[in-house]
Amino acid sequence: MRVLVKGAGVAGLTAAFELATRGAAVTVAETRHSLGGNASWFAGGMLAPWCERESAEQSVLDLGRNAADWWDAATPDQVTRAGTLVVAAPRTAGELDRFASRTSGHRRVDEDEIALLEPDLAGRFRRGLLFPDEAHLDPRQAMAALHHRLAAMGIEFRFGADARLASGFDRRIDCTGMAAVDDRLRGVRGEMLILRTPDISLSRPVRLLHPRFPLYLVPRTDHHFMAGATMIESQSAGRVTARSLMELLGATYTLHPAFGEAEIVETGVGVRPAFPDNLPRVEARESTVAINGLYRHGFLLAPAMARQAAELVFSHDKPLEPANETDRQRPSA
Amino acid sequence: MFELLGTTLPSRLFLGTAQYPSPAILADAVQASGTSVVTVSLRREMAGGRDGEKFWSLIRSLGTRILPNTAGCHSVKEAVTTAKMAREVFGTSWIKLEVIGNHDTLQPDVFGLVEAARILCDDGFAVFPYTTDDLIVAQRLLEAGCKVLMPWCAPIGSALGPVNIPALRSMRGHFPGVPLIVDAGLGRPSHAATVMELGFDAVLLNTAVARAADPVGMARAFGKAVDAGREAFLSGMLEPRDVAVPSTPTIGRAVFS
Repeated sequence: MRVLVKGAGVAGLTAAFELATRGAAVTVAETRHSLGGNASWFAGGMLAPWCERESAEQSVLDLGRNAADWWDAATPDQVTRAGTLVVAAPRTAGELDRFASRTSGHRRVDEDEIALLEPDLAGRFRRGLLFPDEAHLDPRQAMAALHHRLAAMGIEFRFGADARLASGFDRRIDCTGMAAVDDRLRGVRGEMLILRTPDISLSRPVRLLHPRFPLYLVPRTDHHFMAGATMIESQSAGRVTARSLMELLGATYTLHPAFGEAEIVETGVGVRPAFPDNLPRVEARESTVAINGLYRHGFLLAPAMARQAAELVFSHDKPLEPANETDRQRPSA
Repeated sequence: MFELLGTTLPSRLFLGTAQYPSPAILADAVQASGTSVVTVSLRREMAGGRDGEKFWSLIRSLGTRILPNTAGCHSVKEAVTTAKMAREVFGTSWIKLEVIGNHDTLQPDVFGLVEAARILCDDGFAVFPYTTDDLIVAQRLLEAGCKVLMPWCAPIGSALGPVNIPALRSMRGHFPGVPLIVDAGLGRPSHAATVMELGFDAVLLNTAVARAADPVGMARAFGKAVDAGREAFLSGMLEPRDVAVPSTPTIGRAVFS
């Protein structure tokens, strides 16, 4: 079966992998001239379904709990399994209890254990939560690794290509995110920045809770840190605003004052595609299967969505039907 | 039924639309609460023009009346610009006016508030000013042309509930004919019932519902509490007294023992 995957973001790459391992002849077409520049490029890369459950529905946890295994198998050496540390400043320490009551898969850690986990945060926080089963990766490195793996498997990549002109395919997988023609989609703007400081080392993503300015900080190689991310109901992909930058930097500084001396390596903006329930969908229409609405859960949920899409494509005997798992799992109000 | 500025509203609960887990849950919460007015902010979402359009159209589809707000505005100029933008986007002259005076406590800058209220009232807006429980400020807002007042009962998002009941009672007493809507600081349904029992006309809240573990259930609970508080106010509550009064009369005993 010849399959055209439109879009080389995290949804397209994971779908290409799932299809190719099932024996499809896959071509990936991407309008951009290289990997990156899309929402996936600006992602945090946290594989943190238990933390996300604080504000997301149960299906995000169900669909995302095996994501780290998927990435480990598809892109060896990319996943770091060190959990997530959640802390709050003393003045807003009540947020920790609120967060704990909304989530599972964590245990309380005290000042001494925080110091053992993250020596550079020693003495800064009295209490925290550790989510030991969570993991993280660097989205850009993981996408590059997956791209190489796919290329080695014989998958053709057409960058700078207009997929509308491509012909001769039995199935098309639409993974174009915000570029997809779908009235239900809206953009949720996320602003992030990358800092570099040799003064601090972290082994795992750290979330700093705050009622107004929550922050996550994901360690990357060579003393880099990704700080994110705002959530603004806007499809503007315009440059990061002063206020957002100020809030992110303020929160980073609260986590550790040494970040005040860090270099700002990059600021970035991604517009996340989302459906009204903020849950992803795999839908079939004629010979096209669409994966979309990954919202802020691209790397976490793309593997499960890719698997659903591949199963749908290979369900030969049956006509294509929507596999709308998240709808079924959402309790009706 | 609630008569407000010539409009009949079926509910005395107003809901904010920020911070919900998803627009779908927001829609369910609105439905469950029976609310007839939702507020929506524009300041940050309109940074690039009409880029928040998609979310705004979801808000429009809720089928309630929309009260746009100027949340996040720190100056008269910002607030006035945002109000005008809101009138265009939502086709309503109703505006919840917020001029924030302090970044940390988010308390209103009442001086800027009065000035912005005057400008907007002169421009034909129906201004719902987010204010403190200060009577003189309230008086100035009415003089500026406001027909309704929205006093806080505690700082925005604090969930503290009414921290100064005598001040709220005094406000209700001083402005008997003015619609008073308690805005900001409510944390639980009993808080809403309390201020409704004091005779306030309506309440507006956001965080207490949006950040609840189950926003839909909490929205329904607030809807009931607001109704209960209103009905209690209308029905005339007993004042507390020191003497126990048996609900069943006792006969044949000395009365003054």
